[in-house]
Amino acid sequence: MSSTSHSAIYARIRSNPRFKELVAKRQGFATLLSIIVLTIFYGFFMVVAFNPKLIGQRLSEGSYVTVGIAAELFMFIFFWVLTAVYVKRANGEFDEMTAEIVNDAAKGVK
Amino acid sequence: MLSRLNVLLLGLLAPALACAGDAIAATEKQPLNLHAIGMFVLFVAMTLGITKWAAGRTKSAADFYTAGGGITGFQNGLAIAGDYMSAATLLGLTALVYTKGVDGYIYMIAFFAGWPIILFLMAERLRNLGKFTFADITSYRLNQSKVRTMAAVSSLTVVCFYLVAQMVGAGQLIKLLFGLDYTIALFVVGALMMVYVTFGGMVATTWVQIIKACMLLAGGTLVMVLSMSQFGFSFETLMDKAISVHNLGEKILFPGSLLPDPVTALSLGLGLMFGTAGLPHILMRFFTVTNAKEARKSVLYASGFVAYFFNVILLMGFCAIIIVGQNPEFFEGGKIGGKIIGGGNMIAMHLAKAVGGNLLLGFLSAVAFATILAVVSGLALAGAAAISHDIYARVIRQGKATETEELRVSKLSSVALGIVAVILGIAFEKMNVAFMVALAFGIAASANFPVLILSMYWKGLTTRGAVMGGYAGLVAAVLLVLFSKSVWVTVLGNAQALFPYDQPALFSMPLAFLVTFIVSKLDNSPEAVAERERFGDQYVRAQTGFGAAEASAH
Repeated sequence: MSSTSHSAIYARIRSNPRFKELVAKRQGFATLLSIIVLTIFYGFFMVVAFNPKLIGQRLSEGSYVTVGIAAELFMFIFFWVLTAVYVKRANGEFDEMTAEIVNDAAKGVK
Repeated sequence: MLSRLNVLLLGLLAPALACAGDAIAATEKQPLNLHAIGMFVLFVAMTLGITKWAAGRTKSAADFYTAGGGITGFQNGLAIAGDYMSAATLLGLTALVYTKGVDGYIYMIAFFAGWPIILFLMAERLRNLGKFTFADITSYRLNQSKVRTMAAVSSLTVVCFYLVAQMVGAGQLIKLLFGLDYTIALFVVGALMMVYVTFGGMVATTWVQIIKACMLLAGGTLVMVLSMSQFGFSFETLMDKAISVHNLGEKILFPGSLLPDPVTALSLGLGLMFGTAGLPHILMRFFTVTNAKEARKSVLYASGFVAYFFNVILLMGFCAIIIVGQNPEFFEGGKIGGKIIGGGNMIAMHLAKAVGGNLLLGFLSAVAFATILAVVSGLALAGAAAISHDIYARVIRQGKATETEELRVSKLSSVALGIVAVILGIAFEKMNVAFMVALAFGIAASANFPVLILSMYWKGLTTRGAVMGGYAGLVAAVLLVLFSKSVWVTVLGNAQALFPYDQPALFSMPLAFLVTFIVSKLDNSPEAVAERERFGDQYVRAQTGFGAAEASAH
């Protein structure tokens, strides 16, 4: 396929409202998840910097699980679950939409 | 203090953690360790066999740089984990938890948190736009020569500093673990790296990293399970004993000297998070998979393995406080609380010996060596790609080089990088190279990352902006590290640091963004107008993968 027909297909894809919908949905989702991760991560770092005493506080009497250890374990698990959630939606719903959009555009340009 | 932690954590394997003082003290040569050597020979035989097989499958440039783009998401996830977790992760982080408690855990989350961000913001665009190097993306709609030269310069800077740091660490570690001479150790590492990369390209490098990741995960898990069994698998019992015997007592549950002020905390967080997203050898791994789907899966698997392993390390470190820290066998002169035999980095090794005897010690030593080989191979390949694909094929030959010529140059470059790495490794043996890894992450976060992310997201980016911003980030990161305590005072012997922090990212990264933005905004040349226009097609390809480099058929 020559680059001119590539360009033609790119133009067709761009003008497809479904493409705008895909980008808006996926970008919104990715941004939301990023904000969640960055807020929790830097929030935790700020607690470490400004209130280190809280990090070592135990969750309950007689247990060695502290606020810091619990929060970090939570981050390890939660951030990983978020990646799984994103991969599931992107590889399923978003990729199906992408395939449809590309096929539609390719059909029109021979 | 922070610089000393960096040494340990970022790949330098400084042997002198427990005893205060210089980050890299000369390590003592240990007696030959036959178990370790036997297992290591087995690993080398296996990887050389794979290299031979891979050599038969490495014919085109795509095979060499990206294994033909045919790696699956799961394989690539393992390989990324193998590329990312260096011997410092196993040895340095275990030692950090052993000496400082939860400080080590805080460092680990900073190493981990970059991965979800890479997935959400970069993974699919990287795969859809890139071919062999990340400069393929930054130069996609900009001036090829200028942008690729800038990207190659900063890539090679990152690769060289990282490589030297790994080589010096490798020499020290091998001397300790195997009883081999420092220089011989460097020659062994350099030679094996050249063989893997030159003959087997990305196929061999990927499999070396996959095997190493499996060995690391299995070895670490085994040591952790055997250690935890001594405490009835109870975290409470473990911590109760650890706190009662540790010289810091309850303080191991609190953050210590790792993050003394908010500026350092923020700078460290930024540097580790976005430095990861700008490391050329990590970015290159995204081009080895079939499509964006597999690129996303790679991150899912890689981050799962990394997260799991960091938690294993936490438990290993806490267990070692009792199992190693209370056993006179592991202290010089048999004095508990004195100097650890072989230095602080040996904690994980001593723990393996305590719970699994010489056999497990030998296995874990072989794992550490394999780890170094896997990381330097990935670095050498990324460096060779910057020289042959960016500088030679696109800048010098202006895209007119044949595939055979480009391939020949890339193989010569890998050999040259191997030789350079060995020579620099020998030259820096006695030097404190702590600053080199800080510099590598700083440059990656300041020069590579801003231009890369803006090229994918911002239509207004122009060649002038990208080049000026990239060089600004590069120079700023180098200067700030040069003026920081770890170089200005520790290496150059000046009395007072000119820059009060050890982490440059908080300052150099925003600077790079700012320069790129302002210069691009002011650029109204006809080229700039055309470059902005071309963003449209790039954007569609980034989003849909239409027109992306495809896997070559085998």
